[in-house]
Amino acid sequence: MDDRPQATGEGASLGRAAMNASEVDDWFVREVLPLEAALMQFLHRNWRNKSEIADLRQDIYERLCEAALGARPHNTKAFLFTTARNLLIDRVRGQRIIPIEAAIDWETLNLAIDAPGPERVLMAREELQLLQAALDRLAPRCREAILLKQVEGLSRREIAGRMGIGEETVKMHLANGMRALANILYSDPEDLRRSP
Amino acid sequence: MSEAGHEPSRAGRIEAEAAAFLERRIAGEAGEEERAALDAWLGQSWAHRSTYLRLDAAWRRTGRLAALRRPTPDIADVPRERRVRAMAAKLAAALAAIAVIGYGAFAYVSRPEDRVYATPVGGHEMIAFADGSHIELSTDTVLRTRMTTRERKVWLEKGEAYFQVRHDASHPFMVIAGNHRVVDLGTKFLVRRDPGRLEVALVEGRVRFEAQHSPSQSALLRPGDVVTATASTMFVTRETKASLARELAWRHETLVFDNMTLADAAAEFNRYNQRKLIIADPAVAEITIVGKFRTRDVEPFARVIRNVLGLKVVAKGDDFVISR
Repeated sequence: MDDRPQATGEGASLGRAAMNASEVDDWFVREVLPLEAALMQFLHRNWRNKSEIADLRQDIYERLCEAALGARPHNTKAFLFTTARNLLIDRVRGQRIIPIEAAIDWETLNLAIDAPGPERVLMAREELQLLQAALDRLAPRCREAILLKQVEGLSRREIAGRMGIGEETVKMHLANGMRALANILYSDPEDLRRSP
Repeated sequence: MSEAGHEPSRAGRIEAEAAAFLERRIAGEAGEEERAALDAWLGQSWAHRSTYLRLDAAWRRTGRLAALRRPTPDIADVPRERRVRAMAAKLAAALAAIAVIGYGAFAYVSRPEDRVYATPVGGHEMIAFADGSHIELSTDTVLRTRMTTRERKVWLEKGEAYFQVRHDASHPFMVIAGNHRVVDLGTKFLVRRDPGRLEVALVEGRVRFEAQHSPSQSALLRPGDVVTATASTMFVTRETKASLARELAWRHETLVFDNMTLADAAAEFNRYNQRKLIIADPAVAEITIVGKFRTRDVEPFARVIRNVLGLKVVAKGDDFVISR
């Protein structure tokens, strides 16, 4: 799990190459997001207060990206879980009363890093099934708005006309739908695969 | 999903802001001011930036949803206005598209009692006959019928048609396509005639498939059998129900691609549309895809190709040119 320096690239003297912001963007989307399901599992297992998990995830991503800006991680997965663990430790220490449930479970941490799978690239058919299932989990009106936008390519006004609602409501459905889809696709795709 | 306007956590608040920015961007409100506002917001912290990236990535992934449209949307799912419009369009098409070309065409073999039916590219029509038989014409199809008290004959000049035949032992129903013919023995079947190639798929009942001038090339087909014949060869394969259903998907204005190459999928679209998909790069022709589209949805398909496969799609006149 150590993040050994890479002896290649322009930043060889520093061990690892720095990335600019758009390289970090790209790295985050390609390498980090596919690990989100595993990260969420790890957080759920190790953090008692479930209402704080979204905040934790965001903080982890923030730290991760800031660090990556300075040096491209050699092993994204190890780097992600190390960052997560450190953040949980900081949070626990920051609390006045430390709940023992919050003790970091080293075994699950190692498991999460070694577990194969979730980051592999989905095959086309599997990906389509996943998207379909994700869509089915949206609220009906929200789903309709998303489909009209994404599939039919309609404007906000056209969607409003089609659905018989105001444009502000369309905005709300789209924004909520985007958030829900991100959660379904990245946080718990495993659930989808189990229940088609 | 939380309601807008009430975001208890910091993460929720940031995500709501990110979603609002993203919604405005995809709505095309990307004016100078909006772009500056977004850049400023993204620059404030990596919490902002990573949250936005995450929503944006999920949104791009759902660009593939275009491939998931169901062939026949549940009526309840379709807003009424759209249903009415779809029906109106269908009616107009029925009036305009089915050109009864009449007695003059194909005069070299034609008889006064013959009728010629044609659909344009993208057309889809049903002909009902007095004997209870139906023929459904797919895109760009021409067929001639001779339905009299003595004989029932249909010439498929080109294209594709689905036959549902009321069996009548004393008046066999015969479909003639070039040098081959299909003789019905009570049945539903599909005949597709492309240049140099004929395909007959039996869905229900029995038919006899014959090469007109070489009786040895004949086969009695069972449901699920598909005959493919060229000028000199003929072979029979067995298809599953599902794959037969895919071949008949055009009856629901749908194309189903199941592990089909991009080249073949484009060719299928081109059969149904005036706007053609042109694959300009042999390297992309072999990409295999899975998906379901409306026959008319060339543009959404092109969009999906661009978004999902990351290919270059350039509009050229009415057509789309696809390359790496």
